[in-house]
Amino acid sequence: MGILENKKIAILGDRDGIPGMAIEACVKTAGAEVVFSTTECFV
Amino acid sequence: MTFPVLKGTAYTLVHTPDILVHEGKLQESEMRNSPDSDYLKAIPDHLRSFEDVVGYGPNQAYIGNIHPRDLNNIEKPWYEHPLENASTEGKFGSIMSEDMFYGCLKAVDMFELVVLDASFQEKIAKKVKEDPVIGKYWVTLDKLTENPSSVDEIKSLIEEKDAKPLYLDNELVGCIKRAHEFDAALTSDVMFENLVSKASGAYALAELFAKNDLEPDDVDYLIECSEEGCGDMFQRAGGNYAKSIGEICGCVNATGSDTRSFCAAPAHSMVEASALVQAGVYSNVVVLAGGSSAKLGMNGKDHVKKDQPLIEDCLGAFAIHVGENDGKSPVIRTDIVGKHKIGSGAAPQAIMQAIVADPLEHAGLSIKDVDVFSAEMQNPEITVPAGAGDIPSANYKMIAALGIMKKVFARSELNEVVERIGMPGFVPTQGHIPSGVPFLGHAIEMIENGDIHRTMIIGKGSLFLGRLTNLFDGISFIVEANDGHVEDDSVDKDTIRQMIAESMKQFADSLK
Repeated sequence: MGILENKKIAILGDRDGIPGMAIEACVKTAGAEVVFSTTECFV
Repeated sequence: MTFPVLKGTAYTLVHTPDILVHEGKLQESEMRNSPDSDYLKAIPDHLRSFEDVVGYGPNQAYIGNIHPRDLNNIEKPWYEHPLENASTEGKFGSIMSEDMFYGCLKAVDMFELVVLDASFQEKIAKKVKEDPVIGKYWVTLDKLTENPSSVDEIKSLIEEKDAKPLYLDNELVGCIKRAHEFDAALTSDVMFENLVSKASGAYALAELFAKNDLEPDDVDYLIECSEEGCGDMFQRAGGNYAKSIGEICGCVNATGSDTRSFCAAPAHSMVEASALVQAGVYSNVVVLAGGSSAKLGMNGKDHVKKDQPLIEDCLGAFAIHVGENDGKSPVIRTDIVGKHKIGSGAAPQAIMQAIVADPLEHAGLSIKDVDVFSAEMQNPEITVPAGAGDIPSANYKMIAALGIMKKVFARSELNEVVERIGMPGFVPTQGHIPSGVPFLGHAIEMIENGDIHRTMIIGKGSLFLGRLTNLFDGISFIVEANDGHVEDDSVDKDTIRQMIAESMKQFADSLK
């Protein structure tokens, strides 16, 4: 069982790093439930 | 095909510590939500003097007195190692102080919204009029004598009419009024940001005329590409900053419009300007943008936490002249434009493929054929303490990694490639301001000196911040050395028709 399976996940992506949507796609394939996802910009 | 050229640039900074304290959105919301916060108490001890700002290496790189790569030779932190003999005057522009900028706000105000204390107004009007650049190129300096006020009246405008204060060294010297009693698009907040953007943009435009061979009445078209919106409640961002800025500098023969795409807008605007010139619609197009008061001190809490100065204390602005091919200035390759398409995807690799690799491959080139890339040139001394990392460096690593994937570089070359194609970030976090185009001034010099042949300018935009789409944005274009070929030698339809007719006539004659 993967470490993210059946876990609830909140995602804070960075537009100059990894965007929220990309992280979301990864954690979903690992069986996690995304409860919040956003991408922020610090510049 | 003859390409348009990059004829000149101007880059300006305005040191605005009091605007940072009172109008920077982070500080403003802190004052509203936690007026006794430790952060607010710590701010005064972390503000920089004008001299500190002028001596700061990245600022000297922005106005052209040093190359961004020279920052590699300055000991870090750069804010503790100011440059000796630093100047407010640079090859590409200049640095303005806050008092002077308040005078500029007054001079660009067409609706008597900027109210200044009479004695301050008189003093600053003289200074603005005597300025060799503003005094020469701004045609609205008569505004500096309009509606002088008193501190008492200014206080009552702030307390009773929701005006936004203008402080200088903590002393109240003026305010900016709302432009309508209940229109949410014309509040004092909005008018403050819009007038700041307009005044700083007009400053950069004046510097473009002062530092280059371009006169105000030669400009045909202006494209403004900031991240602000002006309009009223029925057309909230109707525009048009471009014409309002051109009016200040007496660009009487120009029209213009605004282009928006968050931080990607300058690169979009450069492509648009190039297309307009190449198509022969206009001969001289200026792409420009003023700065953002909202973003001042936006990472300030982290800077104070690390006990470093609040270095997001400057408004940035730029103006860039795109003109017809003169056989000398660097050309803008309108046939090599990279775009992040709606279907490109949001993963970093997909973004880089779309805006860097695809356009080069389409033109039969590779990443190796580009000498220098300029993507997001944010100053790492601002972003690293805030946890956002060294953004230019991250972009260079991604570009180099893409090159390794495509086997144009060996894996062992990664660090060397990053150094060769890149430079340290040197631009304040003013959103659209650091986005690729700040390198263009240096690029012209490097290309004309033969130091480099080709550069790629990349703009990236966070469209999802507008909450209309989750999409990202990105666009790139290439600037390279001019081969001196200025004539359009492509063949038009009429010529082809004539050639076919002549051949057929010759063939017919041969049958006789």
